[in-house]
Amino acid sequence: MTQLLTHANVKLALHPLRGGTGRALLVLHGLGARSPRTVAPDLEAWPGPIHALDFTGHGDSTVPMGGGYTAEILMADADVALSHLGRASVLGYGIGAYVALLLAGARPGQVRGAILCDGPGLAGGGEEPAPPRRPQRVEGTPVAPDPYALLELSSDVRPPDYALHFRDLAVCASGLERPLLVCARERPPWLAGLVADLPGAEASLAEALAVCGAAPDDAAGCSG
Amino acid sequence: MPDSAPRSPSPPDGEAVTYSGARAPDRTRRVACAGLSIAVYEWGEASAPPLLLAHGGLDFARTFDVFAPKLADAGWRVVSWDHRGHGDSAHSPLYSWEADVRDTLAVLESTSQEPLVAVGHSKGSGLLVNLIQALPERFLRFVSIEGLPGNRPRPDVTEHEWVEALGEMSSAWLDERRQMAGRVRRPDTLDGLARRRGRMNPRMDHQWLRYLVSVGARHDPDGWRWKIDPTLRMGGVGPWRPSWSLRWLPQFPVPLLGILGRVEEPMSMGATAENLASHLPPGAHLETLDVGHFAHIEQPDKVAELTLEWLA
Repeated sequence: MTQLLTHANVKLALHPLRGGTGRALLVLHGLGARSPRTVAPDLEAWPGPIHALDFTGHGDSTVPMGGGYTAEILMADADVALSHLGRASVLGYGIGAYVALLLAGARPGQVRGAILCDGPGLAGGGEEPAPPRRPQRVEGTPVAPDPYALLELSSDVRPPDYALHFRDLAVCASGLERPLLVCARERPPWLAGLVADLPGAEASLAEALAVCGAAPDDAAGCSG
Repeated sequence: MPDSAPRSPSPPDGEAVTYSGARAPDRTRRVACAGLSIAVYEWGEASAPPLLLAHGGLDFARTFDVFAPKLADAGWRVVSWDHRGHGDSAHSPLYSWEADVRDTLAVLESTSQEPLVAVGHSKGSGLLVNLIQALPERFLRFVSIEGLPGNRPRPDVTEHEWVEALGEMSSAWLDERRQMAGRVRRPDTLDGLARRRGRMNPRMDHQWLRYLVSVGARHDPDGWRWKIDPTLRMGGVGPWRPSWSLRWLPQFPVPLLGILGRVEEPMSMGATAENLASHLPPGAHLETLDVGHFAHIEQPDKVAELTLEWLA
């Protein structure tokens, strides 16, 4: 049964797709999408329970008035789900992949492997901000997917060095041999930089699920 | 629009908190932006030429109660507003720079369809800089008070230390987000709230801070609380870097006066005449005063004089 979690003034819908024991897999959808209702065939191999989160402004989660989305707020959405599930592996599609990377770096002890897959919103708004432009407004009561989420998160700036910092945090502090597994074929600059110089990052989805499923729960700290 | 802004009750025991030169706005109204209600305040004759005045982060429009009347008395219709989540504007589930710029445009459009002049302090200056660059045809001249971007170099630490610091900051920010649900601001006495504000405004005198409480906080049965959304915090996590704000400054499209404070304090942005020199557009002018970040509060007469000269 779907659970409603609270993130500040927003209710987030967390959908249990499959029960079971062991470490959960948290699935994060792409921009403008919503959580699936059933386990996709290519995720059946996951050994434990599977949950899927609707980000703010998406699916069954609150659609707030006035916009104001950032990728970091979606990271905090996912972190609220993580606090509910305990240690989990995270699989993200599109913008969910970027969020999975941020969360793996910010919570290296709790994210036991992040799998980054293709999907809407993977690229974001490029490496640097575009010149200032006229702000856009959407009239009427917003419904999911929130048009402001589409507007703001599709122009969300993603500098490669910023992504690399979160990669380094995940690599350094998770204690995992392969904390980030990239199944995406699309390679926006932030993701291309992430894959370069990270042996073992590229994987098929089946391989990524197997690696994360076997990852130990304990994290080691950074050193030097 | 009718004025439906919630009102602060008077301080207890009939005490009237006053401050020399402070004057309440002549009119208030509300503007709807993307479903949020924004509180707007005006000083001066309604038929006078409009001047848009934007406050800084964690402030509110009534912090201009001394400065704005000086501009209004010189013949301007001064229009300011509480940013979303601040003062009497609606609290929002989400906050971002882009959303604040959108709200700024809504206030501009509710004020005039003709080009106008603008003055911004700190974050309010940044919002206006952004909007002026996007819509130069809507603006005539601009004054930035302690709001031009600083260009502080990255701290002199190793890459490893830098990344570790980012990790700690991100983790702390997420911890805070986890605990935000249902949060309310801590109540205090009027004087207690004024003293707490003094930590952010160390150069402000206590009587001014008491006045700010009387117009920017509400009096609940258990004490005074700032109206600002308790989920709002300065800073946060994100990829933004100061150099981005400087990038388009050399092409700034309207005459620009920057007023800087020489005295560093907690809210200062780190901009100096030296580090801005190579980024200023032709014709821009900088004035550096012996004040802190809240130049218009410390020296309202001087800042108003400089502003009025530039806008004339």
